[in-house]
Amino acid sequence: MKTFHIGGVHPAENKLSAASPIRIAAIPKQAVFSMFQHIGAPAVPVVKKGDEVKVGTLLGEAGKGLSVPVFSSVSGKVSKVDAVLDSSGTRRMAVVVDVEGDEWEETIDRSDKLVTFKDLGGITSAEVVNRIKAAGIVGMGGATFPTGVKLMPPPGTKAEAIIVNAVECEPYLTADHRLMLEKPEQILVGIQLIKHAVNCPKAYIGIEMNKPDAIQLLQNLLKEKAAQYPGIEVVPLKVKYPQGGEKQLIDAVIGRQVPAPPALPINVGAIVQNVGTVYAIYEAVTKNKPLIERIITVTGKSVAQPSNFLARIGTPMQQLIDEAGGLPEDTGKIIGGGPMMGRALMSLEVPVTKGSSGLLLMTAKESRRGEVSPCIRCAKCVSACPMGLEPYLLASYTRLKDWDGCEKNDVTSCIECGSCAFTCPSNRPLLDNIRVAKQTVMGIIKARHMESISKK
Amino acid sequence: MNVILIAVIVLGAIGLVAALILFLAAKKFAVHEDERIALVQEQLPGANCGGCGFPGCAGFAGACVKAADKGSLEGLLCPVGGQPVMEKVAGILGMQAEASAPKVAVVRCNGTCESRPRIAEFDGARSCRVQQMLGSGETACAYGCLGCGDCVAACQFDAIHMNPETGLPEVDEEKCTACGACSKACPRGIIEIRLKGLKNRRVVVLCNNKDKGAQTRKACSVGCIACQKCVKVCKFEAITVANNLAYIDAEKCKLCRKCEDECPQNAILSFNFPPRKPKAEGTPAASTSTTAAKTASAGIKPVAVEAKPVAVEAKPVVAKPAASEATAPAGATTDNPKVEPAKEQEA
Repeated sequence: MKTFHIGGVHPAENKLSAASPIRIAAIPKQAVFSMFQHIGAPAVPVVKKGDEVKVGTLLGEAGKGLSVPVFSSVSGKVSKVDAVLDSSGTRRMAVVVDVEGDEWEETIDRSDKLVTFKDLGGITSAEVVNRIKAAGIVGMGGATFPTGVKLMPPPGTKAEAIIVNAVECEPYLTADHRLMLEKPEQILVGIQLIKHAVNCPKAYIGIEMNKPDAIQLLQNLLKEKAAQYPGIEVVPLKVKYPQGGEKQLIDAVIGRQVPAPPALPINVGAIVQNVGTVYAIYEAVTKNKPLIERIITVTGKSVAQPSNFLARIGTPMQQLIDEAGGLPEDTGKIIGGGPMMGRALMSLEVPVTKGSSGLLLMTAKESRRGEVSPCIRCAKCVSACPMGLEPYLLASYTRLKDWDGCEKNDVTSCIECGSCAFTCPSNRPLLDNIRVAKQTVMGIIKARHMESISKK
Repeated sequence: MNVILIAVIVLGAIGLVAALILFLAAKKFAVHEDERIALVQEQLPGANCGGCGFPGCAGFAGACVKAADKGSLEGLLCPVGGQPVMEKVAGILGMQAEASAPKVAVVRCNGTCESRPRIAEFDGARSCRVQQMLGSGETACAYGCLGCGDCVAACQFDAIHMNPETGLPEVDEEKCTACGACSKACPRGIIEIRLKGLKNRRVVVLCNNKDKGAQTRKACSVGCIACQKCVKVCKFEAITVANNLAYIDAEKCKLCRKCEDECPQNAILSFNFPPRKPKAEGTPAASTSTTAAKTASAGIKPVAVEAKPVAVEAKPVVAKPAASEATAPAGATTDNPKVEPAKEQEA
């Protein structure tokens, strides 16, 4: 069974909502659209207070450099364009829309009918990329990197393999799993579009073995319609966290290692796209539908109905929790994303964003960190680190503020997966410290770079 | 016998040759260090705190000598030694020391546990930097003190300590050398190295919140709401408001304390002034002041002189005694968001 080769852990899977079909969440009364839903420059609002908007109306155009536009997922009136609390508790620019009715822009095709690659006629690859960019699509696994940019390989590189990330290695989350079960053909068309966009003959779908129904379904479909979907292969993978990490997945599926930053996956000929992103690409290219909704798992051990919702972006988290049976009394922590890499929310008023893959309600008991005790040099963190780093060492360097030491030990390679802290028998906050080091060292490297530029 | 003699002669000869080589090498490769550097360094405190901006006291001594050769000691100051040390250094180098006013670290946040309720709990590594990176902290104020004591850990002079009652760091003015280590350690830039002021008296805006007034008010009952009242009342143009936050320029401030009286949020406080005379009995609601209860303090920590809150109808905020008497947050601050579950990362 294929998997990545260095490190990794296997947390309890807890896929409570795997059997519950995707439900369409109610349209909220008020929707909040942050301009910071992606990595890179924020979008720039193009509407003002009082403007009427429809579903699919442009709210914010892409900023300078790396950025994507933001669209309205509801129809109604813009009530304010102002800084609003986001999930981390800081205020950031957002557009707030008071919802009235549900009117869609006429350009969007709302039918459910499957549009195949052939139906699109001779669409050019540039056109595919343009539509993806215009639809504001970002990586929907949680990293929110603009997809359009990823599909334009820099000169000197060539895409040799598209890898679709359907691993969903985070415990609890089932959004991608349900999407594969319910929209398999759409995903296959989406993969064809990506292949066409970057002119790459081969695509792999990496799925972990804890989703046998999805593996079966896609494999059967590919066997039946082999002529329609050529060059696509399902790769079952051993269950191991963090297999959904880009570099880990490339290692697991095609056995290539991405060198340390600034090297990118494309340097080894790979382009990785999340399965949710692939579906969004399908909708954007064939239905002309911008990224206005996504699938989000609302789950937790004491949640009444762990569910998968198709929610409009901008829906307040509180509403989704209510629809899943309300906030359990023993809730201790609410995490946006999965339990390993997600971040705790400061407030339930924060909206669903393009990167919200899940909402995990942890009980007070399980959310507590254990008592921190001294490092016993067991090196479990070293064997767990999927990047081959030495977390205990980096954490010590951080405490000593030895940033040179951190840099020499490749702290910038850290993918912040949390395997080290998860596996530590002394409950040491390894990742907390490494994050500080990573941020500081990246700052130092940037400053050095700027200095060398100014000297020239 | 012969063998011993030969051995002694040979070894002696080798020794002499080696000594000659060493002697020549020492002459040839001698490092000429300006002896003044050592002399200057002797005068310095030897704390190697880096407060001067140079790597340690030796680095500073070298910089002083270099600057003296250029003809001026301008901009060079050992914050730990202060004026007396700089005069000695100047004496050694045959220069005139620049006049420099002593400075002190000031924690520009007064968001105590009472005035700034917690809305979340952080259970990650006890470090302000970690907390700052993961979110906005435990309170609704994204600019205020995080309370994990990175500044305390950074201080080499034992001059800053957390007060468990207020949850804020307090500076010991006697020990503080204004080296700036705490200021650099604070991820929110709350700590300012500020002029100590005449007779150590200072008037400071104890707030760092750059949110709009209404949002600040929700987060903290003593936050600056940028109402500009202090700017209007100041005759010396010492106060400016930028980014929704008032700032008093210590060089221009004449310590009249009018702004302190005027501030509706009690965000401006004065330090080391003698206690004010209590207002005449029977006229508590005089239009000039709402702040009879909050003024004056002996040390850094504001201590109420008169524990009687005086309210004025027109103003929503009730002056609150800083003593332990638990006053409910005033009208404007009651709608704090309900307590949310703990924030933090990872299972």
